[in-house]
Amino acid sequence: MIILGIDTSCDDTSAAVVLDGQRMLSNVIHSQVKLHNAYGGVVPELASREHVRNIMPVVQESLLRANVWMRDLDGIAVTVGPGLVGALLVGLYYAKCLAYVHNIPMVAINHLEGHILSIFLEKEVPLFPFVALTVSGGHTSLYNVEGYGRYTQMGQTLDDAAGEAFDKVAKILGLGYPGGVAIEKTALDGRKDRINFPRPYLSNDSLDFSFSGLKTAVALYVKKWRESEVENYDVTLADVACSFQESVVDVLVNKVMRAREKKSVSAVMVAGGVACNNRLRAKMSEAASTEGVPVYFPRLEYCTDNAAMIAVAGYHRISNGEKADLSMDVRSKYPINDLSPIISC
Amino acid sequence: MKERCVTYDTASDQETIHLGQELGKVLKEGDVIALVGELGSGKTWFTKGLALGLGVSPDTIITSPSFSLINEYEGRHTLFHLDVYRLESLSDFLSAGLEEYFYQDGVVVMEWADRWPEILPEWKLKVGFVIIDYSLRKITLSGNHYRAVEILKALEAKLWR
Repeated sequence: MIILGIDTSCDDTSAAVVLDGQRMLSNVIHSQVKLHNAYGGVVPELASREHVRNIMPVVQESLLRANVWMRDLDGIAVTVGPGLVGALLVGLYYAKCLAYVHNIPMVAINHLEGHILSIFLEKEVPLFPFVALTVSGGHTSLYNVEGYGRYTQMGQTLDDAAGEAFDKVAKILGLGYPGGVAIEKTALDGRKDRINFPRPYLSNDSLDFSFSGLKTAVALYVKKWRESEVENYDVTLADVACSFQESVVDVLVNKVMRAREKKSVSAVMVAGGVACNNRLRAKMSEAASTEGVPVYFPRLEYCTDNAAMIAVAGYHRISNGEKADLSMDVRSKYPINDLSPIISC
Repeated sequence: MKERCVTYDTASDQETIHLGQELGKVLKEGDVIALVGELGSGKTWFTKGLALGLGVSPDTIITSPSFSLINEYEGRHTLFHLDVYRLESLSDFLSAGLEEYFYQDGVVVMEWADRWPEILPEWKLKVGFVIIDYSLRKITLSGNHYRAVEILKALEAKLWR
């Protein structure tokens, strides 16, 4: 079964073709990082306008690279939420047109389910049940994954997402955008234990996250550091970046391991943009191997927003007999609890 | 109308939430609260309190809208939580349709409201946050429109009791 996936939920316009929910035939992302760089963040109006400009060439390119025609497609999977309404609408309406004109079934996908299922594009896949962490600029959530379509949220951020903390701390430190990459690069020359930043929400039993207080702690530290009010004779910008990164990574790794223990599952998976962070990958792998469980990371191109993961989710839902009609609307808020389980798998 | 201005010192996140909550209790549909303050100065904590005061369920988690731009919560009045942190120009704000929230049936709280002061309706209540030290914040509420002054008087009466 060949599925075309389309995702326009935030800053990237992406389209992908996936065979049988596991083999990627093409994965095209019109990354807008370059465009946004001048603005120091994601600009939604520009994003929506860019999606309109990008959507047709990106979908065409995905078909071309996969060497398939529209008539070869067995289904179209499109992200309908959560995300920016204006951005989501571009993908949904283009998908509707294609589905209508070519008479192909269309299915509506939750972007977060895409992230959870992104690991199934890899050769090595976890067995159900497993614990999944999706961590990006907009989300930081822990799930117990019992099967396709069967996800229970175990924890989430109570304020800022981890990726947002990276972006805002990068701004405080005067580094570039995207903040995650800038912090990681700067941190390479730093000492991870030079400054003991707080590990928010680590001392209690909760599986929720909180990064707002950490951001504030860094802001206050940097303020005093710049005014030379701290013992800063040897503290460098790299030390601040590295110590901050270590704090975030520490919290993420500990909570994932705690969630795994709580559910006694024998595998963990980490996806989302922040999963590209090499320090997180190293420390998570180390913690998992201590406990004797495998940890799974999708490759980088499946960690950041992409449409291949949407096609994977679409494959399972279309196989399950689901079909969205053309009156389908976007859902800026779309809790994962609202998803129906996929029975046939 | 002559500007009315009142300042409170809060010594913890809990106190900032409490101040927001008391303010939330006296708000009604159409009110616009403009938050101004640097990163980490307590704007999100204050908004958590506002939500409580507006009757949003305490189980509802108020998260940062920096990424999503707008989060919406149901309470006694609907709360629209806007954040223009990532927007770079006024035209971005307008074409993203965010201005419409000022005229919807609900209460608007907007973070980084000093970015383009001219877009805010004249009846807005401005709330400024200044970091004094790790947990100390100076929070100044001000406004010069009839409605803003009315809100401040009601709040002062509440906190005086």
